Amino acid sequence: MRTPASEIAVTARRISKNYGAVEALRNLSLDFPRGQLTSLLGPSGCGKTTLLKIIAGLLEPTSGEVEVNGKAVTGPGPDRAFVFQDFALLPWANVLRNVAFGLELRGIARSEREAIAEGYIRNVGLAGFEASYPHELSGGMRQRVGLARALSVDAQVLLMDEPFSAVDEQTRRKFQEDLLSLVQREAKTFIFVTHSIEEAVYVSDQIAILLPRPSRVSEIIRPGGFRNKGADQIRRDPEYLDIVDEIWASLRRYVE
Amino acid sequence: MTIHGYRLPAMSSLVLWAVLWEIVGRSGLTFFIPPLSEVLQTLFQIIGTPAFQNALQETVVAFLAGILAAVAIGIPVGILMGKSRLVDEMLLPWVNMFLSAPLTALVPVLMVLFGFGMKSIVITTTLFAIWIIILNSRAGVKQIDRSLVEMARSFGASPLDAFYKVYFWAALPEILGGVRIGVIRGVKGVIIGQLLISVVGFGALFELYSSNFLMSHFWAVLLVLFAMAFALSELLAHLERRVSYYAAKR
Repeated sequence: MRTPASEIAVTARRISKNYGAVEALRNLSLDFPRGQLTSLLGPSGCGKTTLLKIIAGLLEPTSGEVEVNGKAVTGPGPDRAFVFQDFALLPWANVLRNVAFGLELRGIARSEREAIAEGYIRNVGLAGFEASYPHELSGGMRQRVGLARALSVDAQVLLMDEPFSAVDEQTRRKFQEDLLSLVQREAKTFIFVTHSIEEAVYVSDQIAILLPRPSRVSEIIRPGGFRNKGADQIRRDPEYLDIVDEIWASLRRYVE
Repeated sequence: MTIHGYRLPAMSSLVLWAVLWEIVGRSGLTFFIPPLSEVLQTLFQIIGTPAFQNALQETVVAFLAGILAAVAIGIPVGILMGKSRLVDEMLLPWVNMFLSAPLTALVPVLMVLFGFGMKSIVITTTLFAIWIIILNSRAGVKQIDRSLVEMARSFGASPLDAFYKVYFWAALPEILGGVRIGVIRGVKGVIIGQLLISVVGFGALFELYSSNFLMSHFWAVLLVLFAMAFALSELLAHLERRVSYYAAKR
């Protein structure tokens, strides 16, 4: 099944990345369909975060190129927003300023950016915490701040680097459910790095499995059948369970 | 500290030391230590005199000028060293050397270079204060979380914005710590300068009083100096506490 070109939001074309003598990525090509969530899944050290940061424009590929909406990426841009694994909040700023910080850097007037930020703070369920500081919040709440900040700049592409790996298991499940409705509600393209097979299968429209040293895409899986079922039905769906097993079977030999 | 459930105010131990001083002074053990009460009386006598006011002004001006230069040069140099490997490799050995070097020995050289006036005193003050400010600013910049840097970049911060809105604040707790220690060392520098270069300001008063064995005068000036240095250091410590809510949580 091929997707028409206009339906591709982000394209990575023949990306290679070397760190000195170490080859992190070799000749990696991958398409990210618009409005969908694509997971980059693989064992640790497979270069999935490297690929995400190349797409973000934070790292430069040794060769190859990334296109977002047909335009080549030369650095960070307003069409992409990043959600960090360790949240990357300003510890001296309260929730409101943190969420509005992306807009602040774009020179949006204070009243306007705070109005926008307040909306997204409500959306992620942090209403009432606008004046709190990051150290007063739990890990899960901090990541909601990070998410609200990325949403409030209204980028078409959301890049998420293992966003739920630093929060506890129950919070993570809630996040995953919220992410599903977020993908449906917002017409955005999500690129999601994770090392959790279950998480990838649960939230993704498309899963790219990366194998390490040097990394390339070994397989692309598109879970289809259970996507439209309720969030609480997915985990018991036979197709869900089959895909999880299948991925584990192909990954297990790379795990020592 | 609490005694029998009653919380003693901060620095109440000073009262004990004051009493001890008074006793030693009254016992006439040594002319070098007059009773504290006598010192305080002298203090209030001389504090309004033109000689004292003049000395105070000369010292404060030299001190402030020296510290201002140390801060204005030290912080940017430290930040630059933290950000640029090349600058760091060039300067770090010197900064470390000057930090631990007996700077007093350099003062005669300064006199040759810059004369016997105010300029040399200010430079001495700067020379005492600047190294720790550089080192701390450098350390502050070096510990900035990499993902904060990436965050600023990914949301499109200009270099200037990144500096003023992220790097500066992220390094501020260390910078303030450096400035506080630098200020304390600067007090040392300005007095040494005033004693060795040209005998002016508080240095002149120390010289005058001690050579005439006016011990209560000597101690009175010393008390003023201690109080000023302490107040400055506390002011900066207070600023440090204001950023400490995030210093440990970066």
